[in-house]
Amino acid sequence: MSTFFFYVMVIITAVMLVYLYRVVRGPTVFDRVLGLNGISTKAIILIVLIGTLFERVDMFVDISTGYAILNLVGALAITKFLEQRGETSGEERS
Amino acid sequence: MIFELPLLILLLTTAAGALVVKDLVSAVFILGSYSFALSLVWALVGAVDVAFVEAVVGAGLGTVFFLLALFRTGEKDTRIHRVPVPRIALLGLPMLALLMLYGAGDLPVFNDPQAPAASHVSPVYLENSLEETKTPNVVTAILMDYRALDTLVETIVIFTAGIACALLLRGRGK
Repeated sequence: MSTFFFYVMVIITAVMLVYLYRVVRGPTVFDRVLGLNGISTKAIILIVLIGTLFERVDMFVDISTGYAILNLVGALAITKFLEQRGETSGEERS
Repeated sequence: MIFELPLLILLLTTAAGALVVKDLVSAVFILGSYSFALSLVWALVGAVDVAFVEAVVGAGLGTVFFLLALFRTGEKDTRIHRVPVPRIALLGLPMLALLMLYGAGDLPVFNDPQAPAASHVSPVYLENSLEETKTPNVVTAILMDYRALDTLVETIVIFTAGIACALLLRGRGK
């Protein structure tokens, strides 16, 4: 079973690279925010998987829940701020 | 554990991406994803609390503060005009990295019970901290009793940073 989890972890890390491409290339700011959000959700899953590695899933689930809540708040803060700034067109500043 | 390898690749990619990217906003977001990769590394070596702080401060708060600083300061051009890297840095920094890697070869293995830190520093704290400080929690005893001055100055640093942030954020209505 741990081999299975190991391969899942490697594949999720590879998926994070795809999101990273969107963060780096993303033509608009919103693409970057979405990419960062995707990376953070993958990080949450990875933390639970690391918990299976240590065989202490109960502790790691708590941590990843807190992580998820803070992620949501962070993403909301960023988008709220961009909205306040009037970045509604989503155009890259030049 | 071989899983460190993909995480290391992710870390190096994000770090390099934050350095070479041409726009400040993307650099901020790439730095956020770098923090996530770093916090995964912390979780993998078992330092879950450090991982948590890294994710909250590095990826969440840090990104917001960087964006605030970026958009509330005068300069509206977020493109980066990079100067070409001096040749001495291109030559010297890899040599420094090689030197550090060579030095790291002598460090004790991770989780090694025979390591100097585990063989004579930790047992002293674990055995004597209760009699010496009357504090049941060892971590609290180390932070608040043995290293009280250190913690005090750290608190001063954080307090000063908080005042500076509050001043910067407040100064908008001027």
